Amino acid sequence: MNGLITSLLAYLSAHLPALQVVVPLVAAPLCLLAGRAGLAWIIAFTASVAATAIAATLAYLTFHNGVIHYDMGGWAPPWGIEYVVDTANAFILLLVSAIATVVLAFSPASIAKEIRPGSQHLFYCMFILCLTGLLGITVTGDAFNVFVFLEISSLSSYALIALGGQRKALTAAFQYLVMGTIGATFFLIGVGLLYMMTGTLNMADMQARIPALQDSRPVLAAFAFITVGLALKAALFPLHLWLPNAYAYAPSAVSAFLAATATKVSLYVLLRFTFTIFGAKFAFLDLPLHWALLAPAVIAMFAGSFTAIFQRDIKRMLAYSSIAQIGYITLAISLASSAGIAAALIHIFNHGLIKAALFCAMGCIFYRIGSTRIENMAGLGQQMPWTMTAIIIAGLSLLGVPLTAGFISKWYLVQATLQADLWWLVLLIALSSMLALVYVWRLVETMYFKDPPPGREAAGEAPLSMLLPTLLLAGANIYFGLDTRLPVSMAESAAALLLRGQLP
Amino acid sequence: MLQSILDHYNYWIAIFLMMAGFYIVVARGNLVKKLVGLNIFQTSVFLLYITMGKVTNGTAPILDSRFQVYSNPIPHVLILTAIVVGIATTALGLALVVRIRESYGTIEEDELDLADGET
Repeated sequence: MNGLITSLLAYLSAHLPALQVVVPLVAAPLCLLAGRAGLAWIIAFTASVAATAIAATLAYLTFHNGVIHYDMGGWAPPWGIEYVVDTANAFILLLVSAIATVVLAFSPASIAKEIRPGSQHLFYCMFILCLTGLLGITVTGDAFNVFVFLEISSLSSYALIALGGQRKALTAAFQYLVMGTIGATFFLIGVGLLYMMTGTLNMADMQARIPALQDSRPVLAAFAFITVGLALKAALFPLHLWLPNAYAYAPSAVSAFLAATATKVSLYVLLRFTFTIFGAKFAFLDLPLHWALLAPAVIAMFAGSFTAIFQRDIKRMLAYSSIAQIGYITLAISLASSAGIAAALIHIFNHGLIKAALFCAMGCIFYRIGSTRIENMAGLGQQMPWTMTAIIIAGLSLLGVPLTAGFISKWYLVQATLQADLWWLVLLIALSSMLALVYVWRLVETMYFKDPPPGREAAGEAPLSMLLPTLLLAGANIYFGLDTRLPVSMAESAAALLLRGQLP
Repeated sequence: MLQSILDHYNYWIAIFLMMAGFYIVVARGNLVKKLVGLNIFQTSVFLLYITMGKVTNGTAPILDSRFQVYSNPIPHVLILTAIVVGIATTALGLALVVRIRESYGTIEEDELDLADGET
């Protein structure tokens, strides 16, 4: 018996990279077959916990033993699809699967309120399918495979957004579908042009063959198509138009999950293509990617935060704030230094925690008062003290106040900027953080210092099943503000790996 | 010059379809027309891939002692996947259009904006 278990474990551990994707992929149709919300939730949650455990194991293994190569189906690359796990994608895998698990724990009560009973199991089916796609994009070492998983995650997220209660959710989902498909098709064109020139789809092979082809037009065009396509999926200014409505009208759990993970995974793919496949020298010395990313990033930081200030719907405000935060991440990428890439990855991680906590808190509020508009939230501070605690912690983290995760992000971002001798950028980062202070303060002020609107019943706290995950996420913001070993060591190792000493 | 343009006629067709599809997506307000444009846009990329696999004087990639030169089947296989993705996107898009029509009573973009502005 023991021998059987040992051999089973050995078998499973040899196939971890595949299981990372296969477990949630199998769970999705099971959720559909389950037919009932409760059963579907158990299946989805189990799969997501398993995915988190696998991601944690992979992160541990890659951090200590180096890169893991896995041949899908036993077909050796370049004929077969290769899965490659290194510290860069193990870090993202861990973030995505952990956030999915916490959000799934948060979901049942929230979904029961926001989605009609007949389609609740479909929510779990789509959710776990979206997780599959995001994990697949991250784990694969094959350029075309990225496209396939990108579409799996995109199609399921369109459906998830359309589940939102208001009819605007439908138009938001349709708008996202059109823009997302254009982005994915741009990416597909880029991969096709690369295949035309290099004759391979394997990322490592592409990396080896591109230096000889650097001056060829198709490779330049491929680079442009891939960058624009991914920028669309990552909602980089000015390609962010789909994002505010999508996050504002999606069900709360969906907003929390997508805001924390979906755009981050696209940014990871951008990092992977820019640094691993095309190479930093090609992108930053031969081509002006530095300015092509820096200019929209700075505009996003200001335009996003500034627009956020005037939003009446807080979910929409948080969506605009996401656009600004994506600006910080692309700013860090545009520095093309190991400090910059590390700062980008750290902020990807920390911003995931911040936005998941804030959107979950909005879910709690929506559960009680049926709205996330600011005028309806007046005076909620006394009635929902724990939810407010979560909002304040995550809000402080968003501003980058010391002892929170957001401070660590800003600290590494500012250091990377100073290292690049761009002191004026530090000024801009500080200024745009002030704008964040305005919209976070506006929320806190309304909830604590204004009287509740007449006629609204006194709202209590949301159920524990929603409150605990929200507080857990808020707590993570403090924990990772104090103990930075995990994100910082992973991000620095990933940055060294992505940059490979290509730039001085 | 002219010869080089004619030699790459497959790319010209792909570019023409791509731009036509993209134009329809941007310029048309009817949601179904937008989806049709999106389809044309995607199809142009399918063509780009499929024609890329053609090898001059190559036959279908079936092993036979009489032939030495084969076309490359991989782009075709890739595009099979992309076609499936395209169908799924269209199906989902049309399903959304049906739901939009049910709740708004219109599928014209300007009227949808108007309806949302009022509520």
